[in-house]
Amino acid sequence: MEFLKHQIEKIKPHFEKGGKWEKHYYSFEALETFLFAPATTNGIKGSQIRDAIDLKRLMMTVIIAMVPCLLFGIWNVGHQHFLATGQAAAGFGDKIWVGIVQVLPIVIVSYGVGLGIEFVFATFRRHPVNEGFLVTGMLIPLVMPPDIPLWQVGLATAFAVIIGKEAFGGTGMNVMNVALTARAFLYFAYPTDISGSVWTYLGDAKAVAGYSGATPLSIAADAATTTGVDVVTKLNEFGAGWNEGVFSFSNMFMGIMPGCIGETSTLMCLIGALILIATGAGSWKVIVSVFVGAYAMGLLLNVIGGNAFVEMPAHYHLVIGGLAFGAVFMATDPVTASQTETGKWIYGILIGVFTVLIRVFNPAYPEGIMLAILLMNVFAPLIDYFVVSANKKRRLQRATV
Amino acid sequence: MSAETAEVEVVEKKSEPLFSKKNKKLLTNPLDIDNPITVQILGVCSALAVTTQMKPAFVMSLGLTIVTASSNVVISFMRNSIPSRIRIIVQLAVVSLWVILVDQILKAYVYDVSKQLSVFVGLIITNCIVMGRLEAFAMGNKPWPSFLDGIGNGLGYGLILMMVAFVRELFGAGSVFGFKVFDAIGVHYTGNGLLLLPAGACILVGIVIWVQRTLNGHRESH
Repeated sequence: MEFLKHQIEKIKPHFEKGGKWEKHYYSFEALETFLFAPATTNGIKGSQIRDAIDLKRLMMTVIIAMVPCLLFGIWNVGHQHFLATGQAAAGFGDKIWVGIVQVLPIVIVSYGVGLGIEFVFATFRRHPVNEGFLVTGMLIPLVMPPDIPLWQVGLATAFAVIIGKEAFGGTGMNVMNVALTARAFLYFAYPTDISGSVWTYLGDAKAVAGYSGATPLSIAADAATTTGVDVVTKLNEFGAGWNEGVFSFSNMFMGIMPGCIGETSTLMCLIGALILIATGAGSWKVIVSVFVGAYAMGLLLNVIGGNAFVEMPAHYHLVIGGLAFGAVFMATDPVTASQTETGKWIYGILIGVFTVLIRVFNPAYPEGIMLAILLMNVFAPLIDYFVVSANKKRRLQRATV
Repeated sequence: MSAETAEVEVVEKKSEPLFSKKNKKLLTNPLDIDNPITVQILGVCSALAVTTQMKPAFVMSLGLTIVTASSNVVISFMRNSIPSRIRIIVQLAVVSLWVILVDQILKAYVYDVSKQLSVFVGLIITNCIVMGRLEAFAMGNKPWPSFLDGIGNGLGYGLILMMVAFVRELFGAGSVFGFKVFDAIGVHYTGNGLLLLPAGACILVGIVIWVQRTLNGHRESH
């Protein structure tokens, strides 16, 4: 460590004003502050007391909250691979290895492309490199199918960072969640690689007899068009012979099923939610209200009735698809969510409601949480506007002057 | 004496060259700093709709250029006799004459393109660029500058259309003017579906505006 510090001190003058690499000062500064605590202190005048939490630490907290999802996802990718290829007896180490081989390149591509673009923009715009991409770079792999081509990950990340964030002015200025922009890009640009039977990594191995790449959402959507079937029975029957009970309620809660790398497990998302809430990095109001909104909408649809999907028990909506992951890690994004406390409730509940509505009534888009969050991201400032003006109105009425 | 000097002045005015500096500006400004799509933000609707392929985009730009230039000339000739209260309906009548002519010619000679463009040729009548140029320029200028202004704006529109259509067709479908580029050089290319959606075109137009503003040093006025 001393050696590294010594080296950095040695090359520092080259990057400072007048040095030969002056242009690249901000790239250097990003590296230096990443490795060591910055030596800058407040001046004599101005604020003397500051909270120790800065953007970098906040971002690291969110990443720590995502670690359970990531680790579970790595194991699950391997686990599903061996189940689908009929080698259920494979050991724990083998599963982890398959998972790492599939997941790690996606993480590296996502971070490499995203940080590369951040550095280029920081150099051109002459501002310090923001830490905003640290979380996005981890979120993107977690919402990708395990078998996604790497060039698509790179392209989607570049699109999301440039169009979703830098075009609006960089970190903290984006209207829509950057990681979801990346996923939405892939969803509309290369639909065959991110929907259908892509949720299990098969590799070169042949799938076991009776294997099907269906997801709970596609099973439920199919059940909606046929009469006389029950979604729960269909889900429980699925996987007979090669992956018994994969879509039972408890299994889906645990997340031991095919899906995006990090979003299958509701349990792991809830652990992440606990970390976010305990450290104050994420708003519990948004998380709770998304679940409440989805559950309430599910109950309402149950009452109305109509087809098998509409009549699916409401609590199933909370464990299938990416609702939990979206609620915990995407909807709580402090930049794109509502800022007012009342607004957070409205924002979250509407996300939940729209998710279930899109799932049930729009067979073209099996997963609603992505579109619901992006839609509400756009409306979040409007919600804030109405909350603030309602507050003003109430206080003006109370004023007696 | 005085009558003579007045005559001289008139002669000088008449001798203004057809492509004077001012007139050249009418042609070149709409290509960049006064572009109808990226600066005036007019005609975006058709720019998003007809740019999935280059061929219809090219025909559309050609049609719009002809309609804008011809209507500009006609309205400019009539400008002093149009009662201002009914000028819009007069303009519409003139524009629709040219649009119907263009539409009939397209149907006669390039029927497949005409079918692809569907309603958008007919909608040139209400295209904001045509109406905008008539109102803003032809109503107050002589026929020749009006003609140049129409051509210039048509070319400015066409320029953006061709740029957007080139990217959309090349990266969305892997071809240029229907010629499969990637297949020809033996590279397998997966088409980008987003570019074929109108949303993709909207993003591309946004990127064009971004690049143009960066190059021109544009600052938002408050």
